[in-house]
Amino acid sequence: MSIPETVPTAGRSRARANGWAKSILRFLVIIVTTYLGLLAVTFFIGRVIPIDPVLAVLGDRAPAHVVERTRELMGFNKPLYEQFYIYVRDALTGNFGTSVLTTNPVMSDIRRVFPATLELATLGTIIGSLIGVPLGVLAAVKRGSIADQIVRVVGLVGYSVPIFWLALLSLLFFYAKLRWVAYPGRIDIVYEYSFTPITGLYLLDSLWQGQWDVFRDVFRHIILPAGLLGYFSLAYISRMTRSFMLNELGQEYIVAARAKGLSETRIIWGHALRNAAVPLVTVIALSYAGLLEGSVLTETVFAWPGLGLYITNSLQNADMNAVLGGTIVIGSVFIAINILSDLLYRTLDPRTRAR
Amino acid sequence: MSQSTLQTTPMTCRQWLMSDRPQSRLQARLGRAYMTWQRFSANKLAVAGLCIILLLILIAIFADVLAPHSPVIGNLGGARLLPPGSPGYLLGTDDQGRDILSRLLHGSRLTLLVIVLVAIIAAPIGLLVGAISGYAGGWVDAVLMRITDIFLAFPKLVLALAFVAAMGPGIQNAIIAIAITSWPPYARIARAETLSVRNSDYIAAVRLMGASPFRIVLRHVMPMCMSSLIVRVTLDMAGIILTAAGLGFLGLGAQPPLPEWGAMIASGRRFILDQWWVATMPGIAILIVSLGFNLLGDGLRDALDPRESGQ
Repeated sequence: MSIPETVPTAGRSRARANGWAKSILRFLVIIVTTYLGLLAVTFFIGRVIPIDPVLAVLGDRAPAHVVERTRELMGFNKPLYEQFYIYVRDALTGNFGTSVLTTNPVMSDIRRVFPATLELATLGTIIGSLIGVPLGVLAAVKRGSIADQIVRVVGLVGYSVPIFWLALLSLLFFYAKLRWVAYPGRIDIVYEYSFTPITGLYLLDSLWQGQWDVFRDVFRHIILPAGLLGYFSLAYISRMTRSFMLNELGQEYIVAARAKGLSETRIIWGHALRNAAVPLVTVIALSYAGLLEGSVLTETVFAWPGLGLYITNSLQNADMNAVLGGTIVIGSVFIAINILSDLLYRTLDPRTRAR
Repeated sequence: MSQSTLQTTPMTCRQWLMSDRPQSRLQARLGRAYMTWQRFSANKLAVAGLCIILLLILIAIFADVLAPHSPVIGNLGGARLLPPGSPGYLLGTDDQGRDILSRLLHGSRLTLLVIVLVAIIAAPIGLLVGAISGYAGGWVDAVLMRITDIFLAFPKLVLALAFVAAMGPGIQNAIIAIAITSWPPYARIARAETLSVRNSDYIAAVRLMGASPFRIVLRHVMPMCMSSLIVRVTLDMAGIILTAAGLGFLGLGAQPPLPEWGAMIASGRRFILDQWWVATMPGIAILIVSLGFNLLGDGLRDALDPRESGQ
């Protein structure tokens, strides 16, 4: 408040530039330390906790000289800090080693499976926001009514139900009993070899190529897992929307808008929701990150060939390189979304910009 | 005169509790607890949640008495995959002829073990980090909070998966993994509470009396953080149960033949098309318990922490 008075007009722009430089520096520090932290934790998990990683690779029957050579090859004879330096360098260049299970470099495996997870989580978030936001608005406007109670229960169940169990039951019901959706997997075996994806996002690819029958099939495969993930983000989004909307509807500008004679629809959707939208962007971004992670369990049930299934398959085969690579990729996306949502919040909310 | 005291006897107990001039520390504490209970019990759903949790604890204690069959030894000869409602097997049996009800009752012990241990490990870590961070300020605060934020930015389930993968599957490792990934929010809460009491007069008075920073944090700051922390831990319980069940479902939690609910769902997966109850029943148990914790947590938040409830 008092800053504009003490800073002379000529120095104000320099002060602002200084502020910008400072906040950019702060962001850089946050990004670097967070990423280093992620790498340190995964390094600890992969290299320090296992009693002997060499034994984990070779088995306990290997002769002594082989063990010694492998130890050197894997760099375990070096001091820990040097190992960590090499680990960070490799991770930054996208080199996570070779997967024992697929014998491919982990990075190329991840590049192959990641679009499937991305498509699933994106569609899930779209479904969750398109239904969750209106439900939250409805609950806030009709506070205390039956509709509010129903939205509350739907949200509570979403918070409390194990996702893999709901996935199994919905598969039993919608696939086995009703035959509304296709069996687990991403695409029918008929199209598996005739359809060549471009981006790896099958819905977009089939639309782009104008293959309507493929699009229909892909849609029948994705709708159930995406719908389930959507339900989980809906639970979170509707609850947060409700509390943001209640907060906005209690403000004085709403009273002023009513006094002006604006229609209730205009007040709710044009004025209140518009202000509630700023924190909502953060909430939706965070739930998107949560779905990327939540897809681990969902993908296992739906045999969805994404990053989650890749990680769990590697887990079951003690393929540590693949597990760590997958963890680092999901962690990086998580961190990126966190920082992006923070930045977005700053640009959307003029109050945080002023300072 | 004596008549009037007799008539108001039922009231005096309440008046004693509600007194705004308590004569002893005990009276003040009981009075506060009574008012909190009044606020809490006005919320029917919260009381329902509390009942579910109490029931879970009772079942866990008396599982041996309540369970009609052994949770691990089944009747392979005559009772494989019986549907619910079969004589002697209320919820049916699984592929090894084990009574699902008995397994669920015994599994409540594992669920309770997981949440209690995670709470015992994670909450004190978070409390200590947050209280020290908030009280010390300066670079200690900056470093501790940076570490907390780093952990907050991690995907919890995936990190827990990687931990268990490195340490080997098992219920202890699952508990450690969940605890390691769940302390940061507690540190944040404890720090916020500490900042709000740090410059208050009673802390200044204690400091003036020569108390060491260690004693101040331990005896005078941490107790102030407790109510928010309890609320948050209760709300997190449902998430902890779901994570533990998820690890169990992936085969990384409790190992067979332990009747862990998530692992029971995984083993029922193969029969889902024809014997739906094997996978369905444990899921209902998980749903009820985590719903109970969510309801209880919401109620506690409204009763203990009216600011936070947003109403």
